[in-house]
Amino acid sequence: MEKKWEELSWQEKREERFKRWLSQDIKFANSQAEKLYKERVTRFVKAIKLEEPDRVPVMLPAAFYPAYYSGYTLKDIMYDYDVLKNSWLKFMNEFGDMDSFGGPGLVFPGKVVDMIDYKLMKWPGHGLADDSQSYQFVEGEYMPPEEYDDLIRDPADYLMRYFLPRSVGALAPWSKLGPMTAFVGIPVWYVSQFGDPDIRKSYQILLEAGQECNRWMEAVMEVSQASLEAGYPSIWGGLNGAPYDFIGDMLRGTAGVMMDMFKRPDKLQKAMERLVPIAINETVSMADALDCPIIFMPLHKGTGGFMSNEQFKTFYWPTFKEVMIGIINEGLVPIPFAEGDYEPRLEIIKDMPRSSVVWWFERMDMAKAKKVLGDTAGIAGNVPVSVLCTGTPQEVKEQCRKVIESCAKGGGYILTGSAGVERGNPDNLRAMMEAAKEYGVYK
Amino acid sequence: MPKDFITQLADLEEEEVIKLVKQRLEAGDGALAILEDSRKAMEIVGDRFVKNQYFIPELVYSGELLRQITELVKPHLVQSGETKHLGEVVIGTVAGDIHDIGLNIVDFMLGVNGFKVYNLGVDVPAEKFVEKMKETSAPVLGLSGFLTLAFDAMKDTVVALEAAGIRGKMKIMIGGGQIDDEIVKYAKADAYGKDAMAAVFLAKKWIGGN
Repeated sequence: MEKKWEELSWQEKREERFKRWLSQDIKFANSQAEKLYKERVTRFVKAIKLEEPDRVPVMLPAAFYPAYYSGYTLKDIMYDYDVLKNSWLKFMNEFGDMDSFGGPGLVFPGKVVDMIDYKLMKWPGHGLADDSQSYQFVEGEYMPPEEYDDLIRDPADYLMRYFLPRSVGALAPWSKLGPMTAFVGIPVWYVSQFGDPDIRKSYQILLEAGQECNRWMEAVMEVSQASLEAGYPSIWGGLNGAPYDFIGDMLRGTAGVMMDMFKRPDKLQKAMERLVPIAINETVSMADALDCPIIFMPLHKGTGGFMSNEQFKTFYWPTFKEVMIGIINEGLVPIPFAEGDYEPRLEIIKDMPRSSVVWWFERMDMAKAKKVLGDTAGIAGNVPVSVLCTGTPQEVKEQCRKVIESCAKGGGYILTGSAGVERGNPDNLRAMMEAAKEYGVYK
Repeated sequence: MPKDFITQLADLEEEEVIKLVKQRLEAGDGALAILEDSRKAMEIVGDRFVKNQYFIPELVYSGELLRQITELVKPHLVQSGETKHLGEVVIGTVAGDIHDIGLNIVDFMLGVNGFKVYNLGVDVPAEKFVEKMKETSAPVLGLSGFLTLAFDAMKDTVVALEAAGIRGKMKIMIGGGQIDDEIVKYAKADAYGKDAMAAVFLAKKWIGGN
């Protein structure tokens, strides 16, 4: 008799998810596409499991690159979903062999962020020049230190009545709402709040923004479907991060969260612990809706220089590790993208179950990373984006060769950039694929 | 023996430090003397940062303490004495980029190491750099950028300085996020600094002073 999901070990759960990824229901364009799809997924799966695939897999760092490739700006693709869709499809059809490709789910719909008046980001035409190539995050102190207790008591209530009204213009009226987690029984008082004209207006905007968002999703899904049919697996099963970053990025700001380590360490710790199960739950439900088990986790404020190893061990790592273990136990594969310099952290982050995680490094001596982490974790990276954007294909290939030689031995390595590429010569990206085939074959 | 004010400030002992400032002001101690001691404490903070004993959180905290001290002594300040500097450095984050964490750390570290810093902030257009370099005749310019778009913005800034005929009068250091030696070549800058200490090192090398 088959075991129930809850009875499976994390490895067994992961095998189930890998199987689903490998053999999902796709109408492949032809048998060649199907064959390549399976080869590509297998390549990633083996690398994750610290085994040797046929060759080193490549995560092409083509962030918003298809827009540039097709002659469009970020603004164009944010505001015109057809342009968005077509530029991604054009890139997919013309680029050639890739190990993965997916829909442009990280190109947020301009109309939606306009409609809700989102304040945590600037984007082209909205705080940035029309031809800007990426959006930028706007930090602020959205939670004053006195409100830690409110967050800790009820994060959902805090999100709705404090954080969203401050960070989303259209939801400002929600600050008028009473406590949102009402278990009193008769809900009429709760319901009556939604008769308030300002609250009604905010919900009207939300309903319309939701509809607009779905129009954008259709375009994203169309690309995702087309790339699967062409034989390109998606390596996108969701996104999450570290509790310290949730608080630093969105609620307290960089300076705020740094001060909290000195002035109110207990509250900071409690708040982070409170967010752990919430982050795990969110990630798992995201991944359940998709067929790929890989979860990207961009990390911001725990990088070398931004805190000492002691502070990292005390404030950053414990709750982040808990989030990772939580999603690993559900059969998912975290790929933390360690922005900045994680070399001082190597010995600390080694402390994870074998082959449960793949670390993607930005600035890193990859030979050292292989030496310290190679037996326990997969690693990915880190061809400099500077070379990918401004160098020649030969230079790119040479950089790829070097990093493959340092990292590929024994498996557990994925070739990619030090970050995403937004522009430059397409042959530079092709050179990365070529290098994997030329230098990354396992014999 | 109780620790003195400078040591306590360098050790980031907030309560003690604020209490001492108030006591010193009541005792009629000069505001300038307190600020001078604070400057010495910040030198120690900077030194610990260089030695990897302090990290950015400690810099941020010391900056906050300095702000509180300045608030307290301000009403007692008769006139501000112009202190001597090793030299002037203009810094800023290039056009299109609004990141400032690294920029402000460089500002702090150059400041505690004796340089007069003109921090132009973020998203600084090339013309504004040209204007400030003309106005100050500073021998060093520091360009910061976190995003890949900074590659071209740095290049454009150097081109604008060339067009204004003043490129030869300065050394240009660049740093931040995705910046490396590759971009020094691409943007025709003079050097890449991997962190705030590197910025101090370069400024000292070009301007002099140890």
